[in-house]
Parts: sequence; structure tokens; C-alpha cells
Amino acid sequence: MKTEILLGDEAVALGAIHAGLTAGYSYPGTPASEIMEYLIRASDEGKKFKASWCVNEKVAYEEALGVSFAGKRTLVSMKHVGLNVAADPFMNSAMTGAGGGLIVVSADDPGMHSSQNEQDSRFYARFAQIFCFEPSDHQEAYDMTRQAFDVSEKWGLPVMIRMVTRLAHSRSSVIPDEPRAQNELRLGAAADWTLLPVNARRRYRLLLGKQDDMTRLSDESVFNRLTLSDDSRSLGIIASGIAHNYVLENLRGEASRPSILKISTYPLPKGLIKKLVDHVESILVVEEGFPLIERDVGGLFGLCGKTVKGKLTGHIPLDGELSPEIVRQALGLPRLEGAPAGKLKLAARPPQLCVGCPHADTFKALNKALEDQPSARVFSDIGCYTLGAFPPYNAVDTCVCMGASISMAKGGSEAGVHPSVAAIGDSTFAHSGLTPLLDAAVANTDMTVIILDNSTVAMTGGQESYGSGQKLIRMIEGLGVPKEHIRSLEPLPKNLAANVEILKEEIAYHGLSVIVSFRECIQEARKKKRN
Amino acid sequence: MKQDIILAGVGGQGILSIAFVIDNAALKEGLHFKQAEVHGMAQRGGAVQSHLRLSDGPIYSDLVPRGEGDLILSVEPLEALRYVEYLRPDGRIVTSTTPFVNIPDYPPLEDVIAELRKLPRSVIVDSEKLAREAGTSKSQNMVMLGAASNFLIIKEEDLRGSIEALFRGRGESVVEANLKAFDLGRKSASNPGTRAL
Repeated sequence: MKTEILLGDEAVALGAIHAGLTAGYSYPGTPASEIMEYLIRASDEGKKFKASWCVNEKVAYEEALGVSFAGKRTLVSMKHVGLNVAADPFMNSAMTGAGGGLIVVSADDPGMHSSQNEQDSRFYARFAQIFCFEPSDHQEAYDMTRQAFDVSEKWGLPVMIRMVTRLAHSRSSVIPDEPRAQNELRLGAAADWTLLPVNARRRYRLLLGKQDDMTRLSDESVFNRLTLSDDSRSLGIIASGIAHNYVLENLRGEASRPSILKISTYPLPKGLIKKLVDHVESILVVEEGFPLIERDVGGLFGLCGKTVKGKLTGHIPLDGELSPEIVRQALGLPRLEGAPAGKLKLAARPPQLCVGCPHADTFKALNKALEDQPSARVFSDIGCYTLGAFPPYNAVDTCVCMGASISMAKGGSEAGVHPSVAAIGDSTFAHSGLTPLLDAAVANTDMTVIILDNSTVAMTGGQESYGSGQKLIRMIEGLGVPKEHIRSLEPLPKNLAANVEILKEEIAYHGLSVIVSFRECIQEARKKKRN
Repeated sequence: MKQDIILAGVGGQGILSIAFVIDNAALKEGLHFKQAEVHGMAQRGGAVQSHLRLSDGPIYSDLVPRGEGDLILSVEPLEALRYVEYLRPDGRIVTSTTPFVNIPDYPPLEDVIAELRKLPRSVIVDSEKLAREAGTSKSQNMVMLGAASNFLIIKEEDLRGSIEALFRGRGESVVEANLKAFDLGRKSASNPGTRAL
């Protein structure tokens, strides 16, 4: 078939389509968004499958689970912290097992380019005791996704594909294979899918019974490659996923090659690791993320008579993203001398709110409304408006996880923070803000919630928001917030004085208020105008 | 044969369009390529860069190793300086001289240009002027691609072909303006021994 230029994310999406996908689900989040973007584009072009954004990752996962129950192939994709949101159905899907192939793609963000932590999803796969693929390049991302469906259906279990930012957002060529048909409808058995203790105990023993077979599958996988070298027996390298690329990059042109084991599937290929360990005196483990392989290989007390090097020994930093330079140093190769850097101090250019962004006007009004209230705290959330934390606004005191603005503002208020303000976007509100607002409405907490409604998921590229405009107001009313304390404002420079007044009035009220600050995202407005 | 390029600029300046053009031309010529880009938060007016690697053999790392870069292609002069450490000692910078000032502490432009001139093989192009001449100030990215095309291992005709493919959907006049921008940029830096400005 024709060679395609694809992002790593898109290679996963195309692999799923060609594997006979019936439905894909996701919530936007960097670096995973482009998987669903691609699926939606392809389904709009007449490919016969369903692809949709969902209100959050938990819902997305459960929708995928329903497809799998029906015997059809499905993929659910999300950023790494999205899997925290979906952790409940994820863990339990290892118990129900999969009917039709069920693939969960979790895209990690080492170095935190656009995230609040750098958790390693391989641990989630291990936690749920399911099989996991970790591609190192675009072709593997495509091929592994196709194979993941086979593995899922053969073992009757969900399978994870672990992506990382650098592969997700890198573009290269992929040679696709022939597409295959979707599955026929084949419904799951109630005794397998109803996790009452009596069923769950049986299902769990089944899951445990598959573990050794999965290790064997890893040992036999074509994606794990052991190359034993007789050039030197002093050093062997274990490298997983894209870390393997950095090792090969640095060994290009070196006369003698160490033994190398490339690992791309989990549970770990025990047999291959043993062969490498027996062959060499010391082992360097190079992996993107936490030292998962390194800890296993070294164990609690080290390997008898061998040394294991990596992140735990300081040869590679524990935090941040790998790079060719970091791996070069760990391999003991001399540093490459580049062009000399100049003396001019280069001003940093951090991301910022766009010129004309509605959030900027909301933050200006909020800052003004709070200027004589030094004890006020603004609990914020995940989205473009988090950039309100930077100068000139300095308007944000917290940002933790989706929806936490409202729940933290409630806890803060109950502990004595006053005024206690929450600032959350419309899509984040739909994702995880409804439940904490229901809590605050029941308690009539003394706090002010500002919903910055720009009617889109702006940070990740303008996906559809599920709770905007009049619908959003009706949702707030439905949760029990009194109508007289649901206010609206239009964040525009000309409305500044009026908006400050509205904010001041509601902040002064000792009970729950919700203020919807509504104006469309400037990027989206421009996009619409262009089209 | 290989070439490692750092594309630099500010979010929204069209770095990824430059990458699209080179990627597609590379595929046409049967070259291997890997091109790592920045999505998400940094795209909001922040510094963005893309590592673009071309080779007639397999490419391993998605990132250009520091000290191995052959070329920095920048649509903004301050951003060009940000990645100098990626260049090999005899690497080249092709940059626009048009500053994108969205930060309070942007250094004086003459200091930035002076710093660029210190590098022995820098090519500095007034992309804004040439883009206006081409008919749209939005085509500065194609001006810069044109200027850099003198030093790329990819044929001019294949670059022009993929510019056409990129802009075809937006009408003939947009295609023409961007091709003209490319040509003006190419001409402005056609003699690698001399500076365009």
C-alpha cells in the first residue's frame, strides 16, 4: 500500500483502522489528541467506523468496554493523567476481559512539555496485569497496534500501547498493510462481565493464570531483539521504546558494539534478559520514564557478580526526558562539540494567552475585583487559562487536575480561605466539574466559581466542548445553584468596570455563586472566519 | 548523505508548514526522514522548534543530537540564536531579521543581529519585505524556506511541488503568492558566500 507520512499518534490510529476498528473514543489531551483527530478525519471521509470525543476519559473507556462486550474492536486513547481518570474501568476491564479487541493507548509526557506530572503508564499495565506494547518508531506504532488487537482477542484481555511525547509528535513515513474487516456482533457472557464477588474471584484467577503465558509471548515477540556481541563482554545494554533509538544513534560509526537487548513489550521478556545478563559483566538500562526495567533487573539487592547502571545509579537522570546527549554520556562516549553559544542573554519566551483572548479580560476583571482582598485565593484548573498563572496576570494560586478547582475551593473555604474562588473552563467543567459543583451546591459553600466559557477545548487544538452557552447555564441550575447567584458576563475590555462589579457582588455574597464568563476562543473565531 | 535541520520560530509562525513541505519533498525523493514537532501548551505564543532529519539511510533518533545540526532555519532572529548549540561548529543559520516581540525583555534587535553576524555562516533575510513583495505578509515562512533551499539536499522542484500541494485547497492566488515568496527567498540567498542583508 501507499507510503504515508504520519505522526506517531496517527500511525497508531491508522493501525487501528486497518485492524478492523468499530469504534474509537477519547478525551483531548497532549500528547494523545492527534490519535482521535485522525480517527475523526478518517471516519468523516467515509470509513465505516465510529470515532468520537467523550466528556472525559472514564466515560471514553467505558464506552470502549461496551464495544468490546459486543465482540467488536475498539480503541480508547488518552494522555497519561487521563488514565488516572479512567483507572476504575481500566483496572476492572482486566477482570471482565475483552470480547472484541480492546486497546488502551496511554501517551506519557516525560519532561512535562504540557502536563502536570511525568507518570509512567507501563506501571499501570503492570498494575492491571495486562500486556503492553511500547513502540520505538512510526512503523512499529502502526504494526504493534494491529498486532495488539490480535493479542487482545487471543488472550481475552485489554492491551495497552504506551506512547511518549517524542514519538507521538514526530512525523515519519509508514508503510501500511492491507485493511481487514470488522468483527461480527458476539455478545459477552453475563457471568464474565458481572463483577459480583463470586464472578470476580473466578475472573481474577483466570487473569493470574495468563501471566506466565504473557511473559512467554514477550520472549517470543519479534519486537524484542537481542543482539549478543563478542566484541566486548564488559557491557550490555537494555533499551526500551524510543530509548533504543538514542542508543543506536550514538553507536553509529563506533567500531565495536556492545550486546543490546531492545525491549518493546511487557511483561518483561525474562528469558531474553537472562541471556543478556549471562553474557556480560555490567548492564546499562536505558528507558524513557521511571526505572521500571532497571528495578526489576537489579532487584532489591543487585545482581550477584554484575553491576546494573541506569537512573537509580545516577548514570541517567531520574527526571525529565531522554535525549541523544544524555544517553551518549551514559554510554561513556565523548561529548560532541557544537558551535559556540554567544554571550547575548536570550530572553525566555514562555507560552502565553493569545492577544485578544477572552481569558485575559476575565483575569483582568478578577484581579481588579480582588485587589483590596489580599487573603483571596484563586483555585484554577487544567486549560489555556492556567496561563493566567504567568505575568502580567499572576491570577492563579493552584492547578492540580481536571475539576480540582471547584473541589479545592470548597475545601479551602471550609478551612477558612476567604474569598475562595474557583476558575475553570467550560470543557474541564463538563469533564470533572459537575460533581464537585453539586457538592458545593448541597453545602451552599461560601465560594465563587468562575466558568471561563470559550466554547471549545482550546489548549489541545479546538475540539468540541460539551457544556457551553445556554446549555451550561441550565446544567448549573440543574445542580441546584440558586438562579439569583448564577451570573453571566462578557469578557471584553469595554465591559471591564461592569464585570468587576458583578464579580465583587458575588464574591461578597456568603454562599455559592457561579459566574459564567462567556466569549468564544479567539483562535476558534478566526478559524471559523477563515473557513 | 544526511542533513539535520532545526526549524525555529514562535507558535503560530508557520514552522510546521515548512516542515510539511520538506517532509513531502523528502518522501518523493525516497529519502528517510524524521521530524519531531511541538504541540500543546508551547504553541500558544511560545518558542517552538522542530527537529527535521533527512538521510539516505535509516534514522534512529527523532531529535538532532547537539553538535550535529547542519542548519538552523528560523523565521525569527532571537529564536535562531536559541538553538546554536545544536549546530556543528561549521553549521549554518538561515534566519529572518523580522522580530516577533511578544515578551517584555526582548533584547535590542541590533544586538540580536550582531550576535547572528558573529556566526561565520549566517544568512539573514528580510522576510517581511520579501513576503509583502510576494503579496502576503503571511508567507514569511515560505520566504525563509526559499532562502534555506539553497542549502538543502532536496531539489527545488520537489519543494515547489509540495508547496503547491500544501496551499492548493486555499485557491490559486494563495499558491502563487507562496511560490513567489519561496522564489524571492531563494534568490535573496542564492550566493552562499554573501549575506542577503
